[in-house]
Amino acid sequence: MMNRNWYSNLGFGSLYLSTFLVVGFIAVILWDLIYKGAPSWNWTFFSEGPQEGMTKGGIFPVIVGTFYVTLISTIASLPLGIGTAIYLQEYAPDNLLTRLIRSSIRNLAGVPSVIFGLFGLVLFVQHMQMGTSLLASGLTLGLLTLPTVVASTEEALRNVPQSYREGALALGATQWEVIWHQVLPAASSGIWTGAMLAISRAAGETAPILFTGVTFYQRFLPQSLFHEFMAMPYHIFILSTQHHAIEIVTPIAYGTALLLLVQILILQMIAFYLRYKQTSTRR
Amino acid sequence: MSQMKLEAKGLDLFFGAKHVLKKVSIRIPDKQVTALIGPSGCGKSTLLRCFNRMHDLNPMAKLKGDVLFEGQDIHLSKAAELRQKVGMVFQKPNPFPQSIFDNVAYGLRLSQKLTKSELEYKVKAALSQAHLIDELPDLKASAMELSGGQQQRLCIARAVAVSPSVLLMDEPCSALDPISTRKVEELVLQLKSDYCVVIVTHNMQQAKRVSDLTAFMYMGELIEFSETRQLFDKASHELTRNYLEGSFG
Ligand SMILES: Nc1ncnc2c1ncn2[C@@H]1O[C@H](COP(=O)(O)OP(=O)(O)OP(=O)(O)O)[C@@H](O)[C@H]1O
Ligand SMILES: [Mg+2]
Repeated sequence: MMNRNWYSNLGFGSLYLSTFLVVGFIAVILWDLIYKGAPSWNWTFFSEGPQEGMTKGGIFPVIVGTFYVTLISTIASLPLGIGTAIYLQEYAPDNLLTRLIRSSIRNLAGVPSVIFGLFGLVLFVQHMQMGTSLLASGLTLGLLTLPTVVASTEEALRNVPQSYREGALALGATQWEVIWHQVLPAASSGIWTGAMLAISRAAGETAPILFTGVTFYQRFLPQSLFHEFMAMPYHIFILSTQHHAIEIVTPIAYGTALLLLVQILILQMIAFYLRYKQTSTRR
Repeated sequence: MSQMKLEAKGLDLFFGAKHVLKKVSIRIPDKQVTALIGPSGCGKSTLLRCFNRMHDLNPMAKLKGDVLFEGQDIHLSKAAELRQKVGMVFQKPNPFPQSIFDNVAYGLRLSQKLTKSELEYKVKAALSQAHLIDELPDLKASAMELSGGQQQRLCIARAVAVSPSVLLMDEPCSALDPISTRKVEELVLQLKSDYCVVIVTHNMQQAKRVSDLTAFMYMGELIEFSETRQLFDKASHELTRNYLEGSFG
């Protein structure tokens, strides 16, 4: 008896300890970022470009670049991913081929991002002759997030009760109308949750854009889809490892990191809220 | 021979290798209530769902034989058009997670171009036909907030709103309390003056109360089909008698 209690205490003790450690680490990272990053947040930081060899000024073009590239990746991956998921879940017969497609899409989600970068370089930059550009980077990020979008949309569609579909069909709706009027609205919060996660992943990735279009410094904002661009994750990397005056630019790097984190946090909170709303409206 | 509203001729249905309906032939007349009874798993729902092509969704389902609606093979017309004329109410109430109004308006919006006031008029007419309108102060409220019985009557209202000529009901009262059940039964009796109603039920009293004709099914076969009173009083088949005694005893 003694022994069992002792073991169970030990078990719970180590669970508490590991939870404490994880939370502790997160707190330290957050504190470090806020402590070192927040002081550089001011109007200039958000509204102006880097000046004097990036030691002064702000990160406006960096924010704009990240916004553009994320937008392009979203435009590329959402319709394609949602469409694929609708086809797989609502139309495709359940056979060996569709199962194979499903599992390859799932496996694609585990492929390291650097491989997507390499693939984007070969396909978009070189073969399709987009050059290193916003478009090539956006499409590469789109590919990277595609599996997430497909998987989360499929999941959301699976969660729509079959009785909604039957109810609409029985009233004379065609399959397309059933999907459009009943299934998608019922699945929308789940789909958006997945989309938010995909967007936040795209915004934070470095390797894929490194191969395909990001640049460490540019005097102008990208004027077209075929220009190179600056982006937050890469900017952080450059400022903290490649700059000649690291001491001076560290606050800017931290300010950028904090902004990236805040942006991702906001997206995740939206995702969390949508999921919460979904579970609370369906009894 | 007068034309039947619905008819199955030598109908076989397989789910994969499973033979679920075996050479079922039945002729269902208009403006009467026909009850389908039989032990669980005998194929009542499966037969009912043949009449509005609900099995189209299921790639495992294979159908052989003929199903006719007003003398026409139902597989010759478009499924969606057929289902506008052959409505269905399900065992579990399945309102859409939308407002009460939108639930009833859905079928109307699909098939007809109506002005706002026409739509409103038809929605209200359907709701009052289902004896629901007096219980619902606010049609913009969510249908999910209604009670189970109200939801089921909403589903009936939704089905009658598009004025089908047949109403298929699969155990519409199995999730309802006695009072709601009574209301649905009254409704069925009223509907029969305009519709051909086919109702699956496990409740023998209910079959007696609402139906004119009763079909008894057993293990995928249609054993006996006759006027309700005759079937209950002097069934000609041993199986039918055993079943009725079992469920009364
Ligand atoms: N989608 C399906 N796939 C495979 N088998 C099915 C499917 N639907 C029904 N069945 C089988 O077909 C048979 C008849 O089912 P059905 O639902 O028609 O019975 P029922 O008479 O309506 O029973 P209950 O009174 O319990 O509703 C059962 O053996 C059931 O297991
Ligand atoms: Mg059934």
